[in-house]
Amino acid sequence: MEQPSLRTDAPSSSAATDLGGGVLSTEQLLTMYRMMVLIRRVEESLLELAESGKIGGAMHTAIGHEGSAVGMAAALRPDDYLTCTYRGHHHSLARGMDPKRAIAEVLGRSDGFAGGKGGSMHFVDPSLGLMGANGIVGAQVPHAAGMALSSKLQNQERIAITFFGDGAIYQGVMHETFNIASKWKLPMIFYCENNRYSEMTPIARTSSVSEIYLFARAYGMESVQIDGNDVEEVYLAVTRAAERARAGEGPTFIEGLTYRLSGHMAGDLETYRTSEEIEMQRQYEPLVALTKRLQAHGVADADLEAIRAEVEKEVEEAVDFAQNSPWPDKAQAYTDVYAL
Amino acid sequence: MRKTTYIQAVNEAMRDEMRRDPSVFVMGEDVGYYGGLFRVTRNLMDEFGPTRVLDTPISEQGFMGMAIGAAMTGLRPVVELMYMDFFMVAADQIFNQAAKMHYMTGGLLNVPLTIRGQHGGGKRYGSQHSQSVESSFAQFPGIKVVAAATPYDAKGLLTAAIRDPNPVLFLEHKMLYFTRGDLPEADVDYVVPFGQADVKREGKDLTLATFSFTVLQALEAAEELKAEQGIDIEVIDLRSIVPLDTETVWASVAKTGRLLAVHESQSNCGIGAELVARIYEEAPDLLKAPARRLGMAPVSIPVSKPLEEEVLPWKDNIKAAVLEMLR
Ligand SMILES: Cc1ncc(C[n+]2csc(CCOP(=O)(O)OP(=O)(O)O)c2C)c(N)n1
Ligand SMILES: [Mg+2]
Repeated sequence: MEQPSLRTDAPSSSAATDLGGGVLSTEQLLTMYRMMVLIRRVEESLLELAESGKIGGAMHTAIGHEGSAVGMAAALRPDDYLTCTYRGHHHSLARGMDPKRAIAEVLGRSDGFAGGKGGSMHFVDPSLGLMGANGIVGAQVPHAAGMALSSKLQNQERIAITFFGDGAIYQGVMHETFNIASKWKLPMIFYCENNRYSEMTPIARTSSVSEIYLFARAYGMESVQIDGNDVEEVYLAVTRAAERARAGEGPTFIEGLTYRLSGHMAGDLETYRTSEEIEMQRQYEPLVALTKRLQAHGVADADLEAIRAEVEKEVEEAVDFAQNSPWPDKAQAYTDVYAL
Repeated sequence: MRKTTYIQAVNEAMRDEMRRDPSVFVMGEDVGYYGGLFRVTRNLMDEFGPTRVLDTPISEQGFMGMAIGAAMTGLRPVVELMYMDFFMVAADQIFNQAAKMHYMTGGLLNVPLTIRGQHGGGKRYGSQHSQSVESSFAQFPGIKVVAAATPYDAKGLLTAAIRDPNPVLFLEHKMLYFTRGDLPEADVDYVVPFGQADVKREGKDLTLATFSFTVLQALEAAEELKAEQGIDIEVIDLRSIVPLDTETVWASVAKTGRLLAVHESQSNCGIGAELVARIYEEAPDLLKAPARRLGMAPVSIPVSKPLEEEVLPWKDNIKAAVLEMLR
């Protein structure tokens, strides 16, 4: 496949994504479609709630990033470890987090998975292998390497995957981790969701390296660049990387090209990019790409419409649930400082 | 005088110093073309260009260390940390390097570096984006720490910070950014010297010493206590935490006989603990009642609104503490 350029005005996937001929069945693709629509609708609902003042702080949505999360979840085992960034709603939902509890957490309600203490930037559920989203750029990456080390030392088959952005690459801790993980052949996957921007700054402004996946090669690591908007391509790349990890062949670095269709965070005025750029990227976004794929598989539009209607209902119910969830008791402010 | 926002005052301090002194430059994440996540460095890129306003990658340890190197060789960097919490990523460079450089080298090298950025709670940013960090910095000799509560003090203290030959931490509380206050006309050159506390409200019943956003909370508390109970407290804005102006505080306690130190960060091992310890060492006879401190509960800041409100030691907690001391 021809590699798209990393310029922000280049499409995030080559227009000629080869339709059909993939490895996934129509059934599997439909399941993925449902999850992608769910993530999209949860994120859109959260943005509406934020606009009406119900969400404070910094909330980063993953509209446009769904491909990486859904492809990953289908490729990994449910007990594989995952760490990610503050932009982590999509990974968590794809791994099975209940939208009710996710939205309740973002709203700071008692039914949130962390009782409202963590909020949008700190999605977590160890029972789903979700070992924490992080507010500090880069911090979650050595954690995943530590989980891979732990699995290896305990002779387990579990592997770890960690998600980070293009902007995170330039933190020193990333490179410290790449080197150790490669040398120790840790069973893990580094997944860079390259959406071309580090907050409001396009990556070309702060680095002279335009091909991020090449960094990992310098550490002797297997490394690929893929179309991160193509859920099937993500699925394949993560599947291969997981096989390598479980076979003791060490870590794999995957750079998934994508594009963030929403602002960096709720309330972002997006003065740093043009609406033409965003419109152009809409042609290639994961849902559009998957819809085309499903149409090529002969799926009727009415079937997709039915899925969307079903998801719409689920998300509406989740929003209602979350908004009606009680505020946490003030005493909760003082618990969980130390483990008992 | 004119009215400006706090953001404008901080912005003007950098702008004016960059105009006055070509060795001053600004760097940090999104500070250049975008003008800063909180728009505090806006327009600087237009006026001074990319050689003096540097957009960095997310590499706090790296660019902090580079700022130190530049400061040791004739420049005066002003580094923005997007959230003050991120100082921890650059902690070795700040504390083991910048703070100790002058001492370790027997005075041969110095680091005229300003680190600035926003801190504090109140906007539901949660545990890693809401901290107040002054006591961590105050623990290390060699670095000065200041916090402005008004636009006037912000411009004056930041100007003094940039001109200081040492590393200085300049703290901007996120709740202060859109507050407004008097600022001298643009052509007036002034500094607020370090080590000078400011009596922001006179009173006779109790001395309340604080800094940063809790100054505004204390002033509101003072007005309500006056209206509701006829209690008249004196509010001192420390402004400078290192060096600390105990003289002004003790002079006030000589009048009121009572000292309450307040800050948003946790009360244990905080500046309040320091101030209270010092009055018992230096001037215990001034006290008519035990000196006290009020800070945040010993927890991280939670996201949920009622939980965040519960732990932040703002107006209602301040009023309660004052009433308890005067009972
Ligand atoms: C240590 C640290 N520095 C800075 C930030 C502020 N910040 C949050 S997200 C972000 C941009 C990250 O860009 P990227 O890694 O590309 O991920 P994206 O947000 O695009 O998904 C920055 C600078 C932070 N959270 N932590
Ligand atoms: Mg990015």
